[in-house]
Amino acid sequence: MASNKDSFGRTLFVVVGLCFICSVFVSTAAVLLRPTQIENKLLDKQKYILEAAGLTNPKEASMGKAEVLETYNKYVVARLVDLKTGNWVEGDADSFDADKAARDVANSFKPQNDIASVKRVANTAVVYVVNDDQGKPKTLILPIKGYGLWSTMYAFLAVEPDLNTIQSLVYYSFTGAGETPGLGGEVQNPQWMAKWHGKKLYDPQGNLAISVTKNPVVAASEYGVDALSGATLTGNGVQNSLEFWLGDEGFAHFIEKVRNGGLS
Amino acid sequence: MANAKELKQVLSGPIVSNNPIALQVLGVCSALAVTSKMETALVMTIALTAVCACSNLFISMLRNHIPSSVRIIVQMTIIASLVIVVDQVLQAYAYDVAKQLSVFVGLIITNCIVMGRAEAYAMKTPPMMSFMDGIGNGLGYGAILLSVGFVRELFGNGSLFGVEILSKISDGGWYQPNGLLLLPPSAFFLIGTLIWIIRTVKPEQVEAKG
Repeated sequence: MASNKDSFGRTLFVVVGLCFICSVFVSTAAVLLRPTQIENKLLDKQKYILEAAGLTNPKEASMGKAEVLETYNKYVVARLVDLKTGNWVEGDADSFDADKAARDVANSFKPQNDIASVKRVANTAVVYVVNDDQGKPKTLILPIKGYGLWSTMYAFLAVEPDLNTIQSLVYYSFTGAGETPGLGGEVQNPQWMAKWHGKKLYDPQGNLAISVTKNPVVAASEYGVDALSGATLTGNGVQNSLEFWLGDEGFAHFIEKVRNGGLS
Repeated sequence: MANAKELKQVLSGPIVSNNPIALQVLGVCSALAVTSKMETALVMTIALTAVCACSNLFISMLRNHIPSSVRIIVQMTIIASLVIVVDQVLQAYAYDVAKQLSVFVGLIITNCIVMGRAEAYAMKTPPMMSFMDGIGNGLGYGAILLSVGFVRELFGNGSLFGVEILSKISDGGWYQPNGLLLLPPSAFFLIGTLIWIIRTVKPEQVEAKG
């Protein structure tokens, strides 16, 4: 039959058969491995939350899976916030997917002043409350996102309970291929991330004052962070993300509520 | 069936005397990208070896049925399916490494070593030997990746597999890391040096001047 293998019918048979077998093979693998992959993604996110909260040991490159889960469950509580009113709302915050909720027209809105190109924002957002050993809140982590040069950049902004002093700004995920490695990609450089520690978001008059700046005088003050050289647009993206998410269409109402009434 | 000597030749041949990177100069792109750390180099080696061995095996099993008019497409289909599965497995069991390898796992599909072995060897050799040939070539690729990764991570970052060997000045030690080694071009110099050494030891590998 070997001489026959180049006939039209035989070719078609081999190609269709092969495609069928390969597709079954690939989809079986994808379906079987999906639960583990989702678990990994969640674990990865929790790792970054711990990093933003300063609960990981930076000297120790990787925490074990059990250790991450244990630390996370011990100190971190995820809660949902209504962005319009600033009130806590009931709901399963751990499985809340902000991007998915933003696609649901009934539960999201289109920002008027979309400086960070977020397109749509879900009505509710997750806030991670990090407690100390006594169970008192010591850090609030606000998830923010915004468009850089090539991609939407996702970050955790960790602030102290005064909602003014920054603990850290941790970029943890990018859409597509991310920012340019070595330039915009340096938002993940530990040395640059360290510059955010202790900076203030608001000036004494209560205006948003934090800026990613090229001006060395401003960068040395407590409201400025030295911009990354060669990454102007990524830096603008960081600035816009902060301004948007701390603004009226972001967490501003929540921040005001917490300021006035504390974290109850 | 193959005798032991032939098997040994197929397995160990690609490591030095017929190395896919050093002699055939295939698969250099990924060799530049994933060798800044031993860990990524090792995982990439395993991934490529698995894909190359399995694709050779399946293509060899089907070699008498693959119509020659569409043989490249059939090979690509098999290789692509295997690569997707490897990518999925990595995302499930080695998420951190999978993130660092990013597109390069997917790019195994276009790695010339896999295609080259399928077309040049598996299409005319029985399954077992083809499988061994895939493993041999994966090991040859890995030998170069790991030696380059060894130099780059040790002298570029003072560590091996993430374990500190030379303590860096920035961490209060004495070693000033060579930043160039962490950038892709350094892999060019290292691979070039390796090819130079291999061809000095084995002058028969030098191309005839024409």
